[in-house]
Amino acid sequence: MTNDRGVVWLDTPAFPEAARTALADTQLRANLKRATSTIRDKRLTVAAELDDWEQLRESAAAIKQHTARHLDRYLVQLEEAVTAAGGTVHWAADAAEANRIVTELVQATGESEVVKVKSMATQEIGLNEHLAEHGITAYETDLAELIVQLGDDRPSHILVPAIHKNRTEIRDLFRAEMGHWGQPAPEDLTDEPRELAEAARRHLRQKFLTAKVAVSGANFACADTGTVLVVESEGNGRMCLTLPETLITVMGIEKVLPTWSDLEVFLQLLPRSSTGERMNPYTSAWTGVTEGDGPSAFHLVLLDNGRTDTLADPVGRQTLGCIRCSACLNVCPVFERTGGHAYGSVYPGPIGAVLTPQLVGVEQAASLPFASTLCGACYDACPVKINIPEVLAHLRAKVVEAKDGHTVEGLAMKAAGKVLDSPRLLGAAQKAAALGGRALARDGKIGRLPGPLHGWTDTRDTPAPPAESFRTWWRKNREGGSS
Amino acid sequence: MSSREAILGRVRAAIADTPAEPAPIPRAYRRSHLVPGRHAVELFAERVADYRATVTRTDPAGLPAAIAAALAERSVRRLALPDGFPTELLPPGSEWQWHREPLTVPELDRLDGAVTLAAVGIAVTGTIVLDAGPGQGRRALSLVPDYHLCIIRAEQIADDVPDALARLDPTRPLTFVSGPSATSDIELDRVEGVHGPRVLHVIIIEPEQQ
Repeated sequence: MTNDRGVVWLDTPAFPEAARTALADTQLRANLKRATSTIRDKRLTVAAELDDWEQLRESAAAIKQHTARHLDRYLVQLEEAVTAAGGTVHWAADAAEANRIVTELVQATGESEVVKVKSMATQEIGLNEHLAEHGITAYETDLAELIVQLGDDRPSHILVPAIHKNRTEIRDLFRAEMGHWGQPAPEDLTDEPRELAEAARRHLRQKFLTAKVAVSGANFACADTGTVLVVESEGNGRMCLTLPETLITVMGIEKVLPTWSDLEVFLQLLPRSSTGERMNPYTSAWTGVTEGDGPSAFHLVLLDNGRTDTLADPVGRQTLGCIRCSACLNVCPVFERTGGHAYGSVYPGPIGAVLTPQLVGVEQAASLPFASTLCGACYDACPVKINIPEVLAHLRAKVVEAKDGHTVEGLAMKAAGKVLDSPRLLGAAQKAAALGGRALARDGKIGRLPGPLHGWTDTRDTPAPPAESFRTWWRKNREGGSS
Repeated sequence: MSSREAILGRVRAAIADTPAEPAPIPRAYRRSHLVPGRHAVELFAERVADYRATVTRTDPAGLPAAIAAALAERSVRRLALPDGFPTELLPPGSEWQWHREPLTVPELDRLDGAVTLAAVGIAVTGTIVLDAGPGQGRRALSLVPDYHLCIIRAEQIADDVPDALARLDPTRPLTFVSGPSATSDIELDRVEGVHGPRVLHVIIIEPEQQ
């Protein structure tokens, strides 16, 4: 389940195989198509309301770049501010250390249950599984995360993790599983979204009112004030962040922002990019602890887990600007057809295809940089202007290098390099290709090629080479010809 | 070496290739998306209502009646009242029970709703911000009961997000509220009220027209 760096990473089967299975699932494709096209339209409408959208993106990218360049300074400043406000800061080099810190903090409270706000960072480190091994039950309280947890399933989307399930599937799941975790679903539960949400409300209410410990992630943290923010919709976040006595927040080190006022950029970009709303229903912001309001103990765990390796790569480091809005997923033609599970990663879609290989090591997620058409829609959609196609191409080169050129592609490129260097060899090759290609072609198209080349032709047709090359034509018609 | 030192060391090594002074951050975006000539209170009322919240506009003299009408509309009777709430604003009559702090969470859960003031409003996004100041209560107060009646004065409404953030004190516990609790997790159908209040009613107090 986790790789040797501790990142939750399934990779079984690899993307091409998993995608083939997903593509055969017509229900999944129908669910996904409806969902992604709905969010796409909403996002475009509300982004268009701001005629300075491009300027906001420019600023967001520049703030993230600036923060990365001074990350050491801002992390230390954040630590000082949080500590001064009564919080405790912990540093976790990897998943194992973060899991150990959180587990010990929970154990110190004497509790064996925690309520959780949906968080990508805790999914990335496999926190729930780790807590379970130590006898601590973690209850996911976001509706979609609850659906995933009850189904012993995996999230398939960053923002709407249960996007792959339709209402009937959710109704069946609630009826079958809720009783094992707490308040059962009503006997006569229908598949109306309103009724399903009500069942979830009742199921979780008791947990919120009695939980002593909560675990969350963080969308942003301001270095100057030590303020941490969680952006959400349902109010489950507010419940977890304010009712328990102890709050433990696990945050990737890249989530820090220099100042409170930098939020003016991100609080405009994030809701519009993710759910297509002008503002999400609830944002909670807290600074350390406040007497008489909210938890009396606050712990902030700063997580590296591969992020400093990503920071060291001049091309790849821009990936750390990601604010997990998931706009890139909803515009991606590949994601729309395969869904998130095929990526085998906590972070699916275009951002997952660049982030996961960097966090787990390129050699371990070699298929992901290829899980894209490089169409560039993700780059256009990204509110912080991460050039995902550029990073994908960069990582593809790394994958090929890691394989030392021993792939068919690598050998072909080496051979091509030699041929292109020599006009004589090129002329001969073109003549041979014209003859060979036309022999293989039917109706001007080459269908299936034999041997190792079938990997290319299985999924696409190739036009047959012309009868003569441009060089031959030129020699015949121009050189020594009329002009 | 501690993990703190290890991480900071790795960060410093990773950014060693970058220039010490990066390019300045461009700030060419607008401070406000309020269309010139458009009134912030008008837009705020419209945008809050867009989230399927109820909005009432009144003047100071009309406030008690507006509160009474709002509560009657939803048959809300037992309400949490935060410390520092100006009781002279409340409607007279015995139809309502006002529950004051200290309240336990189970007690809050048994109430029908809460009445609060606000710290700041944001016109362009239709957002109200509570900062736990007088009349707003701690965060749980406007969260646990199923109904939230929020009263905001016109002059508290900022045009847009940058202006609103500048008005707030980040060291206070802040809650930004844009419409009632909502989820879109089931086939992206928006459903109000999963864990937070299902009903949000906002009353805007505007100065009396001369």
